[in-house]
Amino acid sequence: MSEHNEQVEHIGATTVTFAKVWIALLVLTGVEVLLAYEQLPTLIMLTAFVGLSVIKAALIIAYFMHLKFERLSLFLTLFPMVIFCIVLMLIFLGDATRIPLMRPPA
Amino acid sequence: MSSVSVATSSSPWAGGQSPYATNSKKFGMWLFIASDCLTFSALLFAYTYSRVSNPDWPKPFHFSPSIIFSSIMTFCLLSSSLTMVMAVHAMNHGNRKSATRWILGTMVGGAAFVVLHLSEWMNLINNEGVTPAHNPWNVPLFGATFFGLTGLHMTHVIIGLIYLGIIAQAVIRGKFKAEDVEVAGLYWHFVDLVWMFIFPLVYLMSAKI
Repeated sequence: MSEHNEQVEHIGATTVTFAKVWIALLVLTGVEVLLAYEQLPTLIMLTAFVGLSVIKAALIIAYFMHLKFERLSLFLTLFPMVIFCIVLMLIFLGDATRIPLMRPPA
Repeated sequence: MSSVSVATSSSPWAGGQSPYATNSKKFGMWLFIASDCLTFSALLFAYTYSRVSNPDWPKPFHFSPSIIFSSIMTFCLLSSSLTMVMAVHAMNHGNRKSATRWILGTMVGGAAFVVLHLSEWMNLINNEGVTPAHNPWNVPLFGATFFGLTGLHMTHVIIGLIYLGIIAQAVIRGKFKAEDVEVAGLYWHFVDLVWMFIFPLVYLMSAKI
């Protein structure tokens, strides 16, 4: 039973898929490094970096960590809770953008 | 008794079978990863909050060596993730020798990461004068959040190296199953995943242009 499960489980991805994901991750990293040298406002740069990193994280979780080929129940048990907690933390990030404006003029 | 429960309900939550179709070790590692995710997000959040709220936040990461080093470190970790996937793949096909070689390759990538990171730290401490509590720009939060975040990540990489070393020597001696290598792989990919956030948010956001 368990052997049968294991065989079914690993049909999902081949070594070629893993190599493609690896190349995609390297390309996204390259884009981030190039982006760092564009003179963009802090918040736009931050948003772009977080967006690209979330895509990279999703690729790693789906293919390398094999979650794409697991049952949906595993994903639903783990991720909504983690994402909710992280979003709760981000509530305070708005304060950070206001603090520089609250400084007395030098 | 068991035939009754099978007959009354085919739901995976009715008991007698794994609702996640996964073994307990793997599920345990996933739970650990979920909790570690929150630890790292808190530290990343602390760094980003301080970064956004300080207009005079230092930008000590010169293109050479800091950004070059951290890009190579990213490459090392991404490649070691690929070799780890190959190790799991080989182990699933029952090829222990090949799996051990791939795990050793993963360890080389991880070790290269630690060496480069430590030399990057030394560059920051010796050439830029940054310590956890002081720096030349009078923004002590920079050192505190930077060394806290990257230090915890480096600790995870070093623990991962020890973990993989134990797995590798057991696999070559014919102990441990494919699922044990897969669980070690989950941990290693998570360490890689965290670096995918640290690299842009810490290094690239404070790159000296």
